[in-house]
This record gives sequence, C-alpha cells and structure tokens, in this order.
Amino acid sequence: MTLSALIIAPFAGSLIAACMPANARNREAWLAGGVALFGLLLVSWLFFSHGTDQVIHERISWVPALGLEFVLRLDGLAWIFSALVLGIGMLVVLYARYYMSPEDPVPRFFSFLLAFMGAMLGVVLSGNLIQLVVFWELTSVTSFLLIGYWHHRADARRGARMAFTVTASGGLCLLAGVLILGRIVGSYDLDVVLAARETILASDLYLPALILIALGALTKSAQFPFHFWLPHAMAAPTPVSSYLHSATMVKAGVFLLMRLWPVLSGTDEWTWIIAGAGTCTLLLGAFAAIFQRDLKGLLAYSTISHLGLITTLLGIGTPLSLVAAIFHTINHATFKASLFMAVGIIDHETGTRDMRLLRGLYRQMPRTAILAIVASGAMAGVPLLNGFLSKEMFFAESLLVGGDSNWWMSYAALAVGVFGVVYSLRFIAVFFGRPEQPLPKEPHEPPSWMRLPVELLVLACLVVGVLPGISIEPLLHFGVVAILGGDVPEYHLAVWHGFNLPLLMSVLALVIGAWLFQLLNQRFNLQQRDRAPLIHRLSGAQAYENTMLGLTRAAAFLVRHLGTQRLQPQFMIMMLAMLVLPALLVGGLPPWEVAWPTAIDPYFVVLWIVGCVCALAAAWQAKYHRLAALALAGGTGVITAVTFLWLSAPDLALTQLMVETVTTILILLGLRWLPARLTPKELALKTPWHVWLRRSRDMLIAVGGGLGMALLAYAVLVRPLPEGISGFFLDKALSEGGGSNVVNVLLVDFRGFDTMGEITVLTVVALTVYALLRRFRPAPESVAIPAQRNNPLDAATRQSPAAQANIGYLMVAGIFMRLLLPFMGVIAAYFFMRGHNLPGGGFVAGLIFSVAIIVQYMLAGTSWVEARLTLRPHRWLGYGLTLAGLTGLGAWFFGYPFLTSHTAHLHLPVLGEIHVPSAFVFDTGVFTTVVGCTMLILTALAHQSTRGHRLPDGRPETVEAGGA
Amino acid sequence: MEAVIAISMGVLFGSGIWLILRPRTFQVIVGLMLMSYAVNLFIFMVGRLWVDKAPLTLQAGTPQPGDYADPVSQALVLTAIVIGFATTALYLVIMIGARGLTGTDHVDGEEADE
Repeated sequence: MTLSALIIAPFAGSLIAACMPANARNREAWLAGGVALFGLLLVSWLFFSHGTDQVIHERISWVPALGLEFVLRLDGLAWIFSALVLGIGMLVVLYARYYMSPEDPVPRFFSFLLAFMGAMLGVVLSGNLIQLVVFWELTSVTSFLLIGYWHHRADARRGARMAFTVTASGGLCLLAGVLILGRIVGSYDLDVVLAARETILASDLYLPALILIALGALTKSAQFPFHFWLPHAMAAPTPVSSYLHSATMVKAGVFLLMRLWPVLSGTDEWTWIIAGAGTCTLLLGAFAAIFQRDLKGLLAYSTISHLGLITTLLGIGTPLSLVAAIFHTINHATFKASLFMAVGIIDHETGTRDMRLLRGLYRQMPRTAILAIVASGAMAGVPLLNGFLSKEMFFAESLLVGGDSNWWMSYAALAVGVFGVVYSLRFIAVFFGRPEQPLPKEPHEPPSWMRLPVELLVLACLVVGVLPGISIEPLLHFGVVAILGGDVPEYHLAVWHGFNLPLLMSVLALVIGAWLFQLLNQRFNLQQRDRAPLIHRLSGAQAYENTMLGLTRAAAFLVRHLGTQRLQPQFMIMMLAMLVLPALLVGGLPPWEVAWPTAIDPYFVVLWIVGCVCALAAAWQAKYHRLAALALAGGTGVITAVTFLWLSAPDLALTQLMVETVTTILILLGLRWLPARLTPKELALKTPWHVWLRRSRDMLIAVGGGLGMALLAYAVLVRPLPEGISGFFLDKALSEGGGSNVVNVLLVDFRGFDTMGEITVLTVVALTVYALLRRFRPAPESVAIPAQRNNPLDAATRQSPAAQANIGYLMVAGIFMRLLLPFMGVIAAYFFMRGHNLPGGGFVAGLIFSVAIIVQYMLAGTSWVEARLTLRPHRWLGYGLTLAGLTGLGAWFFGYPFLTSHTAHLHLPVLGEIHVPSAFVFDTGVFTTVVGCTMLILTALAHQSTRGHRLPDGRPETVEAGGA
Repeated sequence: MEAVIAISMGVLFGSGIWLILRPRTFQVIVGLMLMSYAVNLFIFMVGRLWVDKAPLTLQAGTPQPGDYADPVSQALVLTAIVIGFATTALYLVIMIGARGLTGTDHVDGEEADE
C-alpha cells in the first residue's frame, strides 16, 4: 500500500490542483509541496525500515486473464531516482511559487507538474515493462503540456510539439522493444526479465530489441541525433526546464539504460550503439553550449552534453563506469537544477537571458551570483565540488577504453572537459564586467524564499564535493547493488586519490579551458556570437521540420492518389471486396452437396416469389418512383417477417413487422425533402453508352453478389447444425433466467450487457438525429407547400389536418383510429408483460406503443397531438437508460457482477404469487428507451414540416402539416 | 425450403448490391434495407430452419436441443433488426440533410461530370 500511495498521491494532488481557483498560488504551492514532502518522507522511511539490499514489491491484479499485473518495485536504483524526483520536485515547487507571475493560471501549472511527478515515479517504480512504457509515455504527455504552458507563444507550441513527437515516437519504439524483450523472456515482469540475461543475449531478437529500446532511451535523454528537441523545450517556464528538462525527465532515458543494464549490456552492439551515441552527444552538446547567447540555451546544450556523458559511461559497460554514471546522474541533477533556477532568477529580475546584454550582475545580486558561480564550478569540474568527482571517474574510465594503443576516448573526454570549462566561464561572465547597455529591468536580489532552493542544492554540491565518503557513498552503494547484485567493484569516493592521470586530465581541462575562453573572447568575440561555428549547419530541428513536412506531403499525395471524396467508387470497392475477399480467404466453397433436409411447402414458394418480385421491383423503381419502391421494399420486409414466423421465430416476426412499420413511416416523412425526378422518357433523353456500360458492370457485381449469397446460404443450410451453445441457453432459460421465452431471456438476462449497449446505441442515434435536424436546411425547392396541398379545387386543402380528421374527409378514419389508441396501448402492455415467457418483450412492446402514438400524429397532425399529449421523448430516453443501468448496478449490492438477474417472489392479495425477475425491470428500461428513441426520431422529422419560416412568404402558419 | 430461401436471399442481396451501387441517395437507402433483410435472414438461418419449434420452453422437464429452434441466432437477429432501424433513421436524416446542403441527391454530393 505504501508504494501505491507514493504514486497515487501526486495524481490525486494533480486533480485537486486542477480544481483550485486561478489565483490560489499559495494554496497550490502548499498542496504540491506537501505531496512532494509526503512522498519524500515515505521513501526515506522505506529506506530506513527495509535496509539496503531488499527489493520491495507490491502487486495489484490488472488483467489477470493475460497474466498482467500492476507491479510496483522499489530497489536501490528506484529509490535514488524517487528521492531525486521528489526532493528536487519539492524545491522546484517552492521556487515556482515565486517564479510564476500572478497572471499565470497556476492551477494548470501545478496540476501538470504533479501529474508529471506521478508519471515519473511510475516509471522508476514500475516492476512491469509494459507498465513502465505506459508511465513513460505519460511523462512525454505531461512534458508536452508543460512546455506548451504559455500556449499563446508560438515557440512554446512548436517546442512542445517537437519534444512530444520525438519522445513519444521513441516511446513507441520502446514499446516495440519491450514487447520483443517480453517475447524472448516469456514475461514482462521486471524480476523475471532481469534474471534472464543468458536467454536474452542468446536470442536472435536481441539486436532488434536493443535497437528499439535504445531508440526509446536516446530520444528521451536527448541523445544525438535526437538531441535537438531539448533546446526548443526551453520555451517552458524555467521551473519546468529545471525539473523536467535537466534533473528528472530527461534522466528517464538513462534510468532505463541502467535498469536494463544487467541484461542488455556487455556486448559489442551495446557499446557501439550506446557509447557511440553518447560520445557524439557529449562532444556536440559541449561544443554547441559554448556558442549560445541565451543562458537557458547554454544550459540546455550543457545538459545534452552531460546526458551524453552518462550515456557514454553506461555504454562503456564496466561496473565502475556504471557507478560513475549513477553518481554523475545525481550530481548533474543537483548542480544543473540549481543553475536553471539561478538563470530563472536572473531572467525574472533583469527581464532578459541574453548573454550579450547581461554584465556585472555581481554588484546587484551578489548572493545569487555566488551560488551560480559555485554551481557552474561543479558543472566545470572544479575540485571540492561534486561535478569534479564524477567527471574524474569519467576520465578514469575513458582511459581504460581501447587499451594502451587507442586513445581516442581519452581525447574526447579531455575535449569535453575543456569545453565544459569554457561554457561554464561564459556563464559566469554575466556576473562580471560592466554593462554596455541598460537592462530591461533594474536587477536586484530575488525574495529569499525563491533563492532557498538554489542554496540548498548548491549546499548539496559542496557537501558531496568535500565529503563524498560519508555523504553520498552509502546511497550510491545502495543503487549500485540493486543493478550489479553481489559483485560490486571496489571503489572509493574521495577528493584526493594521489597524483594520477585523471587528475592530470582535470587540471589540463581547467587550464586549457581558461586559456581557450580567453582566446575565443579576444580573437572571435565570443560574447557577441550567437551560433556555433562548423556545426550550425547540422540542424536537427531543421531535419525534424523537413521530415514533418515530407510526411504531410506524402500523406496528402496518398490521399490525392489513393483516396476519393466520392462515395460511389468507395461503395463499389466495398462491394467488390465483399465478393472477392471471403472467397480468397476461404479458398472457394466447400465440397458441394445437394440435399433437401426439409420438404418444400408450395405456399412458402409463392410467398417468396412475391418477396423476390417485390425486391426486384423496388430495385427497378427506386430512382423514379420512390413511393412505389418504398412500398415494395416494405413488402419484402413483411414477407421476411412472415418467414420468421413460419420458421419458429415469433419474436423476430413481431419485431420485424413493427420495425418495418416504423421505418416506412420514417422514410415517408423524409420523401418530402427529396427532389422531384423526371424519367428520361419524360425528358426525351437518350441514355449515353457509358452509362449503359456502368450499369452493366454494376449488374455483373450485383448478380455475382446475389449468386454468392445464395450459394453460401445453401451450403450452410444443407450441413447439420454443429453442437453450439444453444443447448445451454435452452436448458437454463427457465431454471436460471426465470422465463420460458428463451430469446427474450437471452436478450434481457444472459446477454443483458449487450442489450444495454444496444439501447445506448439507439439513444445515441436518436439524439444525433435530433441534433442533425435542428440544423436542417432544406433545399429551396422543397420548402414550398407541395402542389397536392395547394390545389384550390380541393376543399380539404383549406382545412388543417386536425379539421380534416374531426369534420373533414378523414372523419371515419379519425374516429376509428382514435378509438384504437387505448387498445394498442393495452396490446403493448400485454406483449410487454408476457415477453419473458411468450413472444413479446420490451423491444416489441415499445415499438407497438410508439406506433399507437404515431398513428395519431399521422391522422391529425403534429400540432393537434402535441396540444393534447405531452410526450417528452428526451426524458423517456433518459429514464429508460437510467432504469436499465440501475437494474444492472443493483446486482452489485448483492455482491454479484453487473446485470446479474434476480427473481423476487411476491404474494399479492388478489393476483396470488407472482415472480418478478429483475430482468423485468431491465426490460422496462428497454421499453422506455425504445419508445423514447422512436418518438424522438419520428417527431423530430415530422416537426420539420411545421417550422414556420419554411412556409412560403405571405402564408402564416395556419396550415398545419400532417405527419407524412 | 433450403433452396427456396437460399435463392430468395440471393435475389434480395443482389438487388441490394445493385441499389447500393446506384448514384441516388434514396436508391442506396432502399438497397441497404434489402441487403439487411438478406443479412438478417442469413444470420437467422445459421441456426438452421425449424418449423413449429419456437424456442419457448413451456413444457416441464429438461428441454432437448432438437425440440427447439436455435435461440442464439434469433437473439442476434433481433438485436440486428433494431440496430438496423437506428442506422436507417440516421442515414435518412443525413440523406435529407446532405440534399439541403449540397443541392443534389447524388451520393457524391455533386452531380457526376458527364
């Protein structure tokens, strides 16, 4: 529980922070700081209570069917990273409280920051590789949101997009890599994976897995050639840069490499990929950092370089270099976070970060200056500061690479040391000298609380730098043991190891660096330069933009050449695919059999002759005689319903019949809005030959499809029915579902969840129809009252539909159909009540009830009905869905899964004992929803004819339109 | 019976395809209706044809599968019929809406260039 609390707390805090008012800077900061402090205390307690070599696990079942568990796992490495994330997180929150301006919407900021904290903790604590990738992508998302925090700025949006595209693509590669790894090992559990080094190294899939995982790690840690996103991420507020883009998130990449170090490292491929990328990055980053003019840009490139250093150390692959990598990760986090904060203070107090303008800040802000100078000393590797120690370890490791003959790694290391000194000096230069032009703001010291985080971090740099043996060594040991297990190499952290080569390299780096800085200043006017010589053409950002542009163009090309806006060709391809693909997949029809399992009934033949003629005639008439085609299609529908009845499916027959009725009315309502169409004969047109050609082609497809369907159906029908699950349902319907109508029991009980989804779909469709019709704009020529209703000779056109029904030519029908309403209501109720045992049920009853009301609409018009009957279909929908949902939820109170049905036995005074299954209540929900949907769809469509502004000018809304 | 219903389904399905390939929206909606009859019948008859054996277990005793039609395919078709109604309604509204917006009832939203 403690470990999950560690992850839940930041996410919960994030939610709370998001709900706070915009000006609650203090409360937000207290909340975020409190969460971080809570986490920090928790991990400290875990550290002291569990000792150093124990791994704490916490497992929560996630998808048990797939063997997937949510595993949290705290070992030494995870402990170090959690402490970093939480500790620096707390300082950043304090700093951000003073950094953010009152105008900035802070809830968003702290909410994202806390969400990031949770995601990052998720990455380091994951005991399952898939879960790690999920949290990994979550850090990309939160990073995107934080970089784009000031979303009114174009550079922020661009930087956010770039960072997200690069890191999230890397995340996808990582996912693929992890999947391969899981396949090799047979488990995604980290403990299992870490124990399977031999299996992984022996596998053929080792290289692809390594490449994909490396892509994930290298993109995240901004390694060459993916380093370009990090400088653009500097558009984020400085606390974010300090936290995500130097101390923690970018370390996720190296964390992953450390995490999988035991199983992936030690091969030539590992060294070439990881150390190769690292070395390129460290040289490139350090060189580019010298020539930045933006303070944050300098720190960004320096961060890239230091991450490259850590990556290189990991790539070298010796246990000692691993120790150095972890050590440098901690050191870099402390000094770089403090440097970023110092830059934020300078930016905040002077209004600029341009190193061409900034001079002599020491006079106005001496304390900040001292802190920044000490921190940059750590960055440069000055003795007695923590950066010196890990850099010296790096020098020592670089000397071992390549043996006695190959010194390239050592030269590279020395070059990086020199560059580091140069850019650190350039950074420090802003505190000295004399300003050449006035700054945007008169600088002064920041509030002391804003400086406190910097002071604490710089203090840490000093303590570690002076007393490494007692301050950091035990913690470091804890992390190293977690990765290496028992065989930890002999190492000793100390300032003084005697005179040796690494020390010489450190001294050389400092001396040459200072000299080079002087040289660059005097010969190349370094202070005014804003781009790096030689490598400024190697613009990763430009390559990225070009790639994105190329992708967009390629997508547009594909859409242009492969896609179409036209529906007709798409339909044709669909139909052809439907014809050809199944045949290709199955490989033709199964062996042919001629059999007649059931005797032919001549009436059935006649029935279907009528049905087929109807269908063919509908197909023939659909273009020029819509009404006829609709009636004919309806005829086929009725024949289908009769067939259902004939073939022992009374429920289907009922439903089909009612749906047929409602559909026909619906389409009748729509016919009015379609254009009149004259036949070619009436227009005296001759059909051109290419139209004939197209029709012949379509006819061929249609005949092919029909034949295929007939053959397939026959092939299925003459085969005996295999043993399926029907027996189970037949057996259990009465005994466990409490009803003898198996189909209904299936719908409302066994497959209740499915029905729940179905009525939800119905509701969604009904509401969509309603919404679409609210914005309905008919074609101009459809607006006028149809000619039939405008005929001056017809007396009925002067009457409203209600008058027609009350006193006009519809009087007989009117009396009859109004009398019908209560009867149809009773029939609906009857079919509903008996549905569980005999044909009927919620669907049918709902449709019958709807038809009863629609008949009234058709008879007397919308206005007349709605003046007398208040139907609110929206509410029916809502009540129906709620009722069905609540019935399902009710099962939870009895400790059963959702929608488990239950039968209550009641003794009523007159009716005697009756059984009320909960499925009955569910069916009531279905009934209500069906009535609501049908009514909503039909009345929404019917109302279109009565909308006043549609009537032709000069005619007030006296003429009510009837339904159809 | 098997042959009769198979041929009928073929006719329905073929008419449906023919209409779906036509250019006018109304033809397509009628085509969809015809096609859905055929498809519903197909799902239904996967449970085979039974006369006078409705799946109502009214008699006492354990029901024998051979005495009743297949309830599963029936339940599936019942769902399909109702969903078919919903999609027809949606299609209809889009059809008349598109006609108002584009000024034509051609499925492509514009008359074919001929």
